[in-house]
Amino acid sequence: MHIIENGNVAAALGVKLAGAQVIAAYPITPQTPLTEKLAEFIEAGEMRAQYIPVESEHSALAACIAASSTGARAFTATSANGLLYMHEQIHWAAGARLPIVMCVVNRAVGAPWCIWNDHQDSISQRDTGWIQMYACDHQQIIDGVLKAFALAEATSIPVMLCYDGYLLSHTYMPFEVPDEGKVGRFLKPFKPPYALDPANPANLNTVTLPDVRMDVLGEMAHGYMEIRYLLQEDLRAALSVGQEIEDEFASIFGRGGNALVEPYRCDDADYVVVGMGSLTYQLRDVVEALRDEGHKIGVLGIRLYRPFPDQAVAEALGAVRGVFVIEKALSYGYEGALCSDLKAALYEHLVKGGGNGGPAEDGRDRGQPAFVKGLVAGIGGRDIRTLDLTDALRAGMAATAGGGAKGAPAEERPDWIGIKL
Amino acid sequence: MMGTREYRYKTSHSLPGPGDGGRTGSWRVQRPVINTELCTPCKRGAEACFICWLYCPDCVISRTVPPVIDYEYCKGCAICAEECPTKAITMVDETDSHEGDEASSARADEAAPPSACADEGPRPCT
Repeated sequence: MHIIENGNVAAALGVKLAGAQVIAAYPITPQTPLTEKLAEFIEAGEMRAQYIPVESEHSALAACIAASSTGARAFTATSANGLLYMHEQIHWAAGARLPIVMCVVNRAVGAPWCIWNDHQDSISQRDTGWIQMYACDHQQIIDGVLKAFALAEATSIPVMLCYDGYLLSHTYMPFEVPDEGKVGRFLKPFKPPYALDPANPANLNTVTLPDVRMDVLGEMAHGYMEIRYLLQEDLRAALSVGQEIEDEFASIFGRGGNALVEPYRCDDADYVVVGMGSLTYQLRDVVEALRDEGHKIGVLGIRLYRPFPDQAVAEALGAVRGVFVIEKALSYGYEGALCSDLKAALYEHLVKGGGNGGPAEDGRDRGQPAFVKGLVAGIGGRDIRTLDLTDALRAGMAATAGGGAKGAPAEERPDWIGIKL
Repeated sequence: MMGTREYRYKTSHSLPGPGDGGRTGSWRVQRPVINTELCTPCKRGAEACFICWLYCPDCVISRTVPPVIDYEYCKGCAICAEECPTKAITMVDETDSHEGDEASSARADEAAPPSACADEGPRPCT
């Protein structure tokens, strides 16, 4: 069914289709309409789930952790300071290997109070052991919720599906609501590897010693370090699991394709601009305008940010002259986190790996990584004007044009697009 | 019932039973000592009460007559002393407890008699 709705409704419809059994959430702008919609579905009997009203986001995730431990499909959603208030439980959910799905409706974090969009909230959670997906439009939100549950349950790792507050959450867009029968083929009933059972009591994630230990069954049980190592291993493996799930989805629904990155006009590009979320679709207009001026430029959207698709990023950027990373977040005191991640990926795969074998058949040099320039935009919902993006990228390309094929840009710190100082 | 071994060891899941957190007896500052003249099962000479066994968070008190405390693992939390309805359990400072208590309770470093829990292997404290 094709409908026109806002992004929060798209997410709620996805959660309903996924058959979530427990929803615990606390309202916060701009997430509120999503949880209100779910409460409506349950109240109207359209959705068989338990809605647990809680007094805080910390409790919301704690309730989801408990529900997931009993084998229920659990969902929550939040934004900004609400996400930060969950922080302790966010780490817990990952360490406990519970396949909870959470929508993060991206919003700036205080202080000062700001309800508008940027990515600082979810980027600040990148080290918690959750999988992070970023949606660019309403179709990716509703499909993403289904894929998020599939991925979480396949890997026993919780998933955050992040989408831009207001820009997506409150705007109306046409999208396809997945057919219920097809959803049933895609997302099998949740069979938890362990479910809490009063008849068979167990200790879950009690104090775990630094070293391995003999458990009460006389078997050698892992210490904290082994458990955390396995989380890291499984997160890295989630890159391929995520792609398999994407392929499965595409075969059933006929859309989707790349779970990790979304390239647009990158094939012959000398320059690529990299971003996440709805900004990457806006950048397509910028790229078209710059292409009209003769610049060979493309866009690479990062769809899966954790685990970071380093290989896919390095492959997509291995032959380009320059990369611009536009971010709505910072690792304060240095630069945008995505920019650092991306540079690490290029170093790992192109410098340490000895490049991709020198100039290829098309004459383009793949032996040396591109220069990477970090740009910051849209912090706290500052309007990102297409004209400003075009100017910034045109200036960035001009600054490197005379400095040799791979000349480094003069200014190393990120430029702030649209700053008025 | 515990899920697969693979999943269990990806998390920290274990069965309840003494010793899951290591030899926690060394944490103890005070040890619980049972006065058999006040203890209900001891007085009746029959299985009764066992509130201490029920409340012990580490399953180190046996469901036997008399109840036996496994000091290898007892952390000295004093929940048994708090819950005992006849006040038969007293918390004694470890620094004082080695003088006269050998008769009623074994020293931790000499290993207490195996508790009923340990004899039967791990089982739920139903």
